[in-house]
Amino acid sequence: MSNTATENEHDPLIPHGHKQTGRVGDRVFRGFASGAGIFVLVIMGAIGAFLVWKSIPSLQADSTNFFTTTEWFPDDNPAVFGIAALLFGTVISAAIAMVLALPVGIGIALFIAFYAPRPVASTLAFITDLLAAVPSIIFGLWGLAVLMPNMQGTAQWLNDYLGWIPIFSNSLGIYSKSLFIAGVVLAIMVLPTVSAVTREVFIQVPSAHIEGALALGATRWEMVRMAVFPFARPGMISAAMLGLGRALGETIAVALILSAAFTINWHITEPGGNSFAANIALKWNEAGPIGLSALIASGLVLFLITLAVNMLARWIVSRRKDFSGAN
Amino acid sequence: MAILTPEPTRSPESRSIGETLAGKRLPRWAPLATAVAAIVVGYGIGAAGSIFGLAWFVVAALLFLIAQTAWSFAVEGRRHAVDRLATTLIYACFIVALAPLLSVLLSVIAKGAGVVFTDFPSFFTETMRNVSPRKPGGGVAHAIVGTIEQVAISSLIAVPVGIMAAVYLVEYGRGRLAKWVSFFVDVMTGVPSIVAGLFIYTFWILVLGFERSGFAAALSLVILMIPVIVRTTEEMLKIVPNDLREASYALGIPKWKTIARIVLPTALSGIITGVMLAVARVAGETAPLLLTTFLSQSMNWDPFSGPQAALPTFVWDQISNGTDASVARAWGGAFVLILFVMIFYIGARLLARVFAPKAR
Repeated sequence: MSNTATENEHDPLIPHGHKQTGRVGDRVFRGFASGAGIFVLVIMGAIGAFLVWKSIPSLQADSTNFFTTTEWFPDDNPAVFGIAALLFGTVISAAIAMVLALPVGIGIALFIAFYAPRPVASTLAFITDLLAAVPSIIFGLWGLAVLMPNMQGTAQWLNDYLGWIPIFSNSLGIYSKSLFIAGVVLAIMVLPTVSAVTREVFIQVPSAHIEGALALGATRWEMVRMAVFPFARPGMISAAMLGLGRALGETIAVALILSAAFTINWHITEPGGNSFAANIALKWNEAGPIGLSALIASGLVLFLITLAVNMLARWIVSRRKDFSGAN
Repeated sequence: MAILTPEPTRSPESRSIGETLAGKRLPRWAPLATAVAAIVVGYGIGAAGSIFGLAWFVVAALLFLIAQTAWSFAVEGRRHAVDRLATTLIYACFIVALAPLLSVLLSVIAKGAGVVFTDFPSFFTETMRNVSPRKPGGGVAHAIVGTIEQVAISSLIAVPVGIMAAVYLVEYGRGRLAKWVSFFVDVMTGVPSIVAGLFIYTFWILVLGFERSGFAAALSLVILMIPVIVRTTEEMLKIVPNDLREASYALGIPKWKTIARIVLPTALSGIITGVMLAVARVAGETAPLLLTTFLSQSMNWDPFSGPQAALPTFVWDQISNGTDASVARAWGGAFVLILFVMIFYIGARLLARVFAPKAR
């Protein structure tokens, strides 16, 4: 909001020719500031470049299709490995997380922005943000020791009553260490991201829209549906994407909860599954040279996916900024 | 006469002004009564049938939803019924979100505090050197030292870079370059922590040939810290009133001195808040440390060489051991870690609230 303000207001007030006064301090300071800004771009470029460079040896050594193979034996001769199972597990666990976290996260944001009593709203926002401060290793430990035993019943119920939907059927009778539980933990972890971003957008809804809707006799829900959602839709979409980015890249909680298996299993309540990040953490210390390179290659794929998701999210938000000034 | 006293067009029961304007409403006690009834019936069903665990509560919640919506539909009509349904669901969302937070905090305290406080200072003063995974004992001293050193080093690098990048964006940045920097700072926020670790491993260890060390871990944390610091500092610099800058320029003070002596000090409390939030974020990171350091069981004061432990990797290591004593220690480590993170996090928020700049 104040971005445009600073651009328009204080710049003309610098005397003309100020930059030509040749003050050394100004030039040095400006150089450091721009350097720091450029440093960010350099890091992002370097991450991509170094990961590409160091993943080439394994991609050349791979005797099978990198994208369709499910096995992971990069240090064998010939090397056999591919990301199909990793991609599947990453996408499915993140998808479960988003299905659960998106409605709840939007609900929390609505609650804090429009439903909670004013004086306590900011405290409630603080409490939900606390979830974001809990380290992922603690979520992993909690998911393993506390949540997993308590999810047994739910997974079994899904099998018993919704088992006719293929993904919920479980022929093993074992319900632990599954993609489903990993997805639930991921949902809890991305909840603060989703709710914080949507809350921010909800607060920006012009009060004239809200009061107008209420004055026309809308109930509170009708106000939300007709005044808040249309205004906030791009923000909600980008909140979902940011949450998705976080869910895709989460490592430790997933590594602790899943029992790593290089298979594609659509029965999400059965043990098994894997993800890019978890696989890197688990295989890292036992990998040979080609194995390390293969893990770097899988990390590169993860980096590109999260990059695409995040860039899309930010692009939606920035596009939004352009016309929000007119409101 | 007939004009002055028109015939009542409605039945006498609905003649009160409020009712004719707003329509019939449920009494104020209706949600509470429905809730109590739903809980009683739900618990009855739970007790009668063989429903597992807390499922009776889910049944009660569903009953409440259905009963209240139906009652409201009958009395108030469709629109108010939908409104009540939405309100209930939105309140439920908030409660659903609180449950895991409470559960995480309570289980860390319940399972961790015992380990930490049994013979009080020893968990903080001892290392895991010569401690069998199967036996209780040992402590996190080495991990605390590692975490503090790694986070301090990464802060030393990330704080100046982050603050200067924010200064660039707010005070200098114009045109295309600034747009790209701003965009990629946002994108950088979403870089998975394991990718940061992979990058430092390829760059620092594979290409430059250094060994895995606490310093390498600190470098990977830098990548995660920078975007957080840039964003929070940027927000703070933006709300520094322009009057201050203008007054300084009017006195003939150069721009760099204005920024260093006027703008940054004004925003200082906000910047410190941002740094503390960034510290809280990276102190709990496990994944990059697993790639860039070797786990250590004993004290290592030197972050530049040799294996070095940290609190998150300590917890990871103890979980991997899998014995009862080790898992108990993992909870103890988790307790210390969450204490460390929460001190920074809550401290940052309190600071922000106390020194909140009075923006217009």
